[in-house]
Amino acid sequence: MARMKFICDAERCIECNGCVTACKNEHEVPWGVNRRRVVTLNDGVPGEKSISVACMHCSDAPCMAVCPVNCFYKTDEGVVLHDKDVCIGCGYCSYACPFGAPQFPAQGTFGVRGKMDKCTFCAGGPEANGSDEEFEKYGRNRLAEGKLPICAEMCSTKALLAGDGDMVADIFRTRVVKRDKGAEVWGWGTAYGTSSKKTGASS
Amino acid sequence: MSARYGFAGLVKLLSTSCLMASFVACTETPQTLGSKNDQPAYQGVQSGHEAFVRPGWTAGDKTSWESALRARGQYGANDHARSP
Repeated sequence: MARMKFICDAERCIECNGCVTACKNEHEVPWGVNRRRVVTLNDGVPGEKSISVACMHCSDAPCMAVCPVNCFYKTDEGVVLHDKDVCIGCGYCSYACPFGAPQFPAQGTFGVRGKMDKCTFCAGGPEANGSDEEFEKYGRNRLAEGKLPICAEMCSTKALLAGDGDMVADIFRTRVVKRDKGAEVWGWGTAYGTSSKKTGASS
Repeated sequence: MSARYGFAGLVKLLSTSCLMASFVACTETPQTLGSKNDQPAYQGVQSGHEAFVRPGWTAGDKTSWESALRARGQYGANDHARSP
């Protein structure tokens, strides 16, 4: 199995916030904490695009790099998790994360700021899989139940895909080929520019 | 005299022991740095919590867990495969 990954198909997302609601309900996430949220670009303008964002479980995660107490770890499936017993709530991870994934509850261990909370890819934490202790700290461990993250499984338009990176990429590639557009939304060329663009920029 | 000192010493020893025992409650839980020993997901859930486990795979068998997840993802998300 490759790494577990999320991808959100901006051509399909209808900004229903079903993923956000499903996540909060499944894991009983406290008030004020959103492990997932929907971001809309050009809201209200024809052609607006929405995308569901949470922890992207980076292959080279900046949160892991900056954590002073090394509370993060990565599973064999590439899921970035953290240990709340070690977290000191400093917030460095939230400054480092480009997606705004780390969240801090308003009430908690450190008075006005609790221990960091983020998307776990429905994989819980270091406690025993499916145990009450794990649920209390991190929510449900759906991977250990043989299921995929609730946000993707509940997505009504199947805009949000989650699972084995190879499988997710295959599904998205099929869609792009069928609709004959959309490949330009993601990929190397979009992120770093094509060779013609590079040439144009340098001239 | 020596008996008095002996009694005082015993009292001092007992009080010190009680004081040390009361400090035990103030110690912090151990905080281990480095990689955590998390149980892999394919091992399944703790016994007694199987109510929500999806049937069709064997806990502890990584291959069956992976194929169950892949099948679930294909069926759940790949609508082109369901209605080409």
